[in-house]
Amino acid sequence: MSRMELLDPTGERHPVARPRVVRPASLEGLTVGLLDISKPRGDVFLDHLDEVLSGRGVEVLRFRKPTYTKPAPADLRYEIRVKCDAVVEALAD
Amino acid sequence: MSYASGVDLPDGYVAFVKASCPTCRLVAPALLRLRKAGAPLTVYSQDDPRFPEGAEPLDDSDLRRSYEAGVEVVPTLMRLEGGEVIERLEGWLRMDWERLTGVAELGTGLPSYRAGCGSRTLDPGIRELLAVRYGGDKFRSRRVEVAQLEDEFEAMFERGWTDGLPVVPPTPERVLRMLEGTDRDPQEVAAVVPPDLVECTVEKVAVNAAMAGCRPEYLPVVLAALEAACTSEFNIHGVLATTWSAGPVVIVNGPVAERIGMNAGGNALGQGNRANSTIGRALQLIVRNVGGGRPGGVDRATHGNPGKHTFCFAEDERGSPWEPLSVERGLPVGTSAVTLFAGSGLQPLVDQQSRTPESLARTYAACLQVVAHPKLALSWDAVLVVSPEHARVFREAGWSKVRLREELDGLLRRPRAEMVRGAGGMAEGTPQSLAGAHVPKFRQGGLLIVHAGGTAGMFSAIIGGWASGTVGSEPVTREVRE
Repeated sequence: MSRMELLDPTGERHPVARPRVVRPASLEGLTVGLLDISKPRGDVFLDHLDEVLSGRGVEVLRFRKPTYTKPAPADLRYEIRVKCDAVVEALAD
Repeated sequence: MSYASGVDLPDGYVAFVKASCPTCRLVAPALLRLRKAGAPLTVYSQDDPRFPEGAEPLDDSDLRRSYEAGVEVVPTLMRLEGGEVIERLEGWLRMDWERLTGVAELGTGLPSYRAGCGSRTLDPGIRELLAVRYGGDKFRSRRVEVAQLEDEFEAMFERGWTDGLPVVPPTPERVLRMLEGTDRDPQEVAAVVPPDLVECTVEKVAVNAAMAGCRPEYLPVVLAALEAACTSEFNIHGVLATTWSAGPVVIVNGPVAERIGMNAGGNALGQGNRANSTIGRALQLIVRNVGGGRPGGVDRATHGNPGKHTFCFAEDERGSPWEPLSVERGLPVGTSAVTLFAGSGLQPLVDQQSRTPESLARTYAACLQVVAHPKLALSWDAVLVVSPEHARVFREAGWSKVRLREELDGLLRRPRAEMVRGAGGMAEGTPQSLAGAHVPKFRQGGLLIVHAGGTAGMFSAIIGGWASGTVGSEPVTREVRE
């Protein structure tokens, strides 16, 4: 099965967007994704966040973009969406 | 065809073959001989990368080279110099091959002539695929990537691209195929679509038509319908925004209707015919997606009607006793056309007893009087869809459409006292200020009459309109340019 590409049928006055998930009131019982964009030392921040969240009993999943120079691939975005309730994306520099 | 220039092929001789082609198998010894003669020969094989054995073929099973070189027939033998194709031979003609290669005994033992086979690049469905893959397609629409494990149908629902029913994924291949339905430039602006007043290119029309499920040959009809809908006379913005149930009704006339297989007969206004179902749907998807008109947004309909998914049918011209709607509205006989009407739904009517036109006209008038409200007049148009069995009554009596219209005009003039607000114990009605002793139901030109439907059933049908004329919507007819 190959990835599918579609042509946007809209007037393109708005970004291709889907409704945002409502921000959770609490992280209890949720799975949080930590997305490393592959910029140096982003992982330092995320490792620390991982410790803090895991220490509070939150399930943490780690993800990594192949490169910070391009948007996250559709497959990665989809994986995060289906596996996580919330995501923290770490910028760096 | 013109020789491909600037094609990235090696100089010398280049052959395109496929193992499944009998002529290619036949000429395999000639290729080996050419190679043995020391000629610079490159062989591309479209299917079996080992064929022809001994000729060290290059694998072109992805058809990239074949596509770029414009190969239509295998075997094709070319001679290139400085990256330019100097000559190209298709099929096997011994004399020509020997002349082009300068190898006198090239075809010894082979017949003098064999036609080639079609190149795999021309296999059904392949051409569009290759055009998108290698042709550097010229689409301007933003590309939206769907993840490998994501359901593309759900992805389209989530993005709000659908009318509530699944749509066909508008892949570049499908849109390219759709665009073959017109010779108009994909970047030509087909219409400025309300409510957002977005310039809609032929390409965007094709994207939405593909989603609606149209075949390429429907595209000219969709384009004409869109053009008609987006005129200030038709006022699709108002039709969309109104709290009334109206939506665009597309009535198709002329040879295009039969050519694309539209239904003008049994269940013409119902489901089951692809052209009827998808042309009206494509129009509504364009209004939604390109124009930005959505229920709850600019669309404020109180009820709407199921025809807002699609409401499109053809007039049965062949069986009609009358001139087609498009001809009545000024287009020459034999011209394909669409007429757009702001319709609010279907009210069928029954009359199984009338055998005279006078009696049947009275039935029509009684039923037409109730469009919107029996006591409202002049501000609501209607389409009367006359069935074949009812049309027979008029044909046998020699009544023209003009004659029927005159009769209806007379019958649809009600005494003012019956129509005014408060009369009959109903607060609703025509304003007191309306002049004259009688009130006509329809304004001049406000009643359209067409012939459609199955051959059994003494029924006709009324499509009620919306606020008519300059305050609302005017029916608009446009030629279908094929």
